[in-house]
Amino acid sequence: MNETNPPAINSATRPMYWSIRRELWENRSIYIAPLAVAALALFGFFLSTIAGLWGKMKLDPAQQASKLAEPYTHVSLLIMGTAFIVAVFYCLDALHGERRDRSILFWKSLPVSDLTTVLSKALIPIVVLPILTFVITVAAQLLMLLMSSAALLITGQSAAALWTKLPVLRMSLMLLHHLVVVHGLWYAPIFAWFLLVSAAVRRVPFLWAVLPLAAIQVLEKIAFNTSHFTAMLGSRMSGGSDGAAFMKPTEIHTHLAYDQFLTDPGLWIGFIVAAAFLYAAARMRRYRGPI
Amino acid sequence: MACIEARGLRKTFGQTIALDGIDLRIEEGRVLGLIGPNGAGKTTALNSILGLTSYEGELTVLGRDPWRERDELMRDVCFIADVAVLPRWMRVWQALDYVEGVHARFRRAKAEEFLAKTTIRSTSKVRELSKGMVTQLHLALVMAIDARLLVLDEPTLGLDLLYRKQFYDSLLNDYFDRSRTVVVATHQVEEIQQVLTDVMFMDRGRIVFDCSMEQLESRYLAVAVPPDHVAAARGLRPIHERRLLGRSILLFDGADRHQLAALGDVHTPSIADLFVAVVGNEAGEPERATR
Repeated sequence: MNETNPPAINSATRPMYWSIRRELWENRSIYIAPLAVAALALFGFFLSTIAGLWGKMKLDPAQQASKLAEPYTHVSLLIMGTAFIVAVFYCLDALHGERRDRSILFWKSLPVSDLTTVLSKALIPIVVLPILTFVITVAAQLLMLLMSSAALLITGQSAAALWTKLPVLRMSLMLLHHLVVVHGLWYAPIFAWFLLVSAAVRRVPFLWAVLPLAAIQVLEKIAFNTSHFTAMLGSRMSGGSDGAAFMKPTEIHTHLAYDQFLTDPGLWIGFIVAAAFLYAAARMRRYRGPI
Repeated sequence: MACIEARGLRKTFGQTIALDGIDLRIEEGRVLGLIGPNGAGKTTALNSILGLTSYEGELTVLGRDPWRERDELMRDVCFIADVAVLPRWMRVWQALDYVEGVHARFRRAKAEEFLAKTTIRSTSKVRELSKGMVTQLHLALVMAIDARLLVLDEPTLGLDLLYRKQFYDSLLNDYFDRSRTVVVATHQVEEIQQVLTDVMFMDRGRIVFDCSMEQLESRYLAVAVPPDHVAAARGLRPIHERRLLGRSILLFDGADRHQLAALGDVHTPSIADLFVAVVGNEAGEPERATR
């Protein structure tokens, strides 16, 4: 192996690459869950195609496009929601499970630094899951399109209207944009927080991740009768003060508001907070033993 | 050159003193047995050497500070911790792939050669293997790494005698080559006697005995004395005395072999005999030992 791949060239990226591979070996739900949901959605779509596609094709052209696009949006939302739930539970277990089953002592017997390990685990929800979500969603949508076309052709109708009315490329671009901007960049501090909790607590990471946030909201309300913390969390979940991270489908072809998004201080504060959480998680992993 | 050097190494957990200021120096190329009862501080000492726990005092391992330079140190050090820690979800081929991926000095062919001698299949999951097989797998991985220091903490705990024998035979035949240093902590003394070049006893956080095997063989003598010679033998200041099958076994440090031969059968004590003598006395229970 090393004869063909000089270790000097790969020494920086190899541990990261293998760490991510091992995460996928261990946590197969990362790709099985979205795939299963996609399969289920396809089955549902198959049933509804038989039932109602012809009705939609007879609608007046103005409504037709949005009506046709509806199930495609639903599928992408469903897969994305699944991926988000998988990401949350993955993060909560990522640094907790290895301490619980003491396999951390095996990982630590190999020359992979704690920072590399924590970063590889952070890359799963921030990069790997969005990519998987994108690929699975686009594949599912293409299959849906083919299914509809086949159904139309079988009944002797033209599928041309379907392909011209349905904004296939735009939907994919929207999805990619949303995944990169929201799941990859905007939600980074959320995943980093879950990883930190996972590294820090001895048991029930889910409660430790959620209850302190609720407690701060209650305390703030009682002590100062304000709800800045609630507003901050809400803005994080919903994509910023003016929803810069989320864009309406109609906006995508007019302008991608990247300048607005990139100058949003919330984005940069989020990065700093995420970096701090991940650094703290790496320190915790470094200095604390198994449970 | 010293592989491990410690001065005043100390570690406390609250009120409990795990390491009570130990000094030690282990040369490169030695096989050291660290022997002590449960709770003697063996694991804490090894964890300090491996940079897994903080400590007071000075400690250098292969010229590095294990607490501050752990990432660098782990390129040259490998270990098996005191609990079976191979992740249970992992398949044998995944373990080989992963270690090959992250460790520049892992020779896969060597690990596969070792595994070929066992009944472990490469598609098996760790959770499907017996305890003995998991240890064999772990040993196969660790022995294929060209490390300068190998630390084994109770590597054969919970294994039956055959596996234990096999483990130490493999270690001696396939791994040890007089340039590598091996530290084995255990309280199962008998099987490792022939493997060691040095032996160290720990009790209650201190090193109570430190000797090379050559020294041990030349310095210590045991003599089995019939009852009528016991008083004379006691006059030669034995370090320990116990009764066995109607005779008294007395242990001497630096006594004259001819003088002892006049009193009974002289033999070289085993590590177990010495351990009972030294640690038994240290524990303040000489009466129980002589009864």
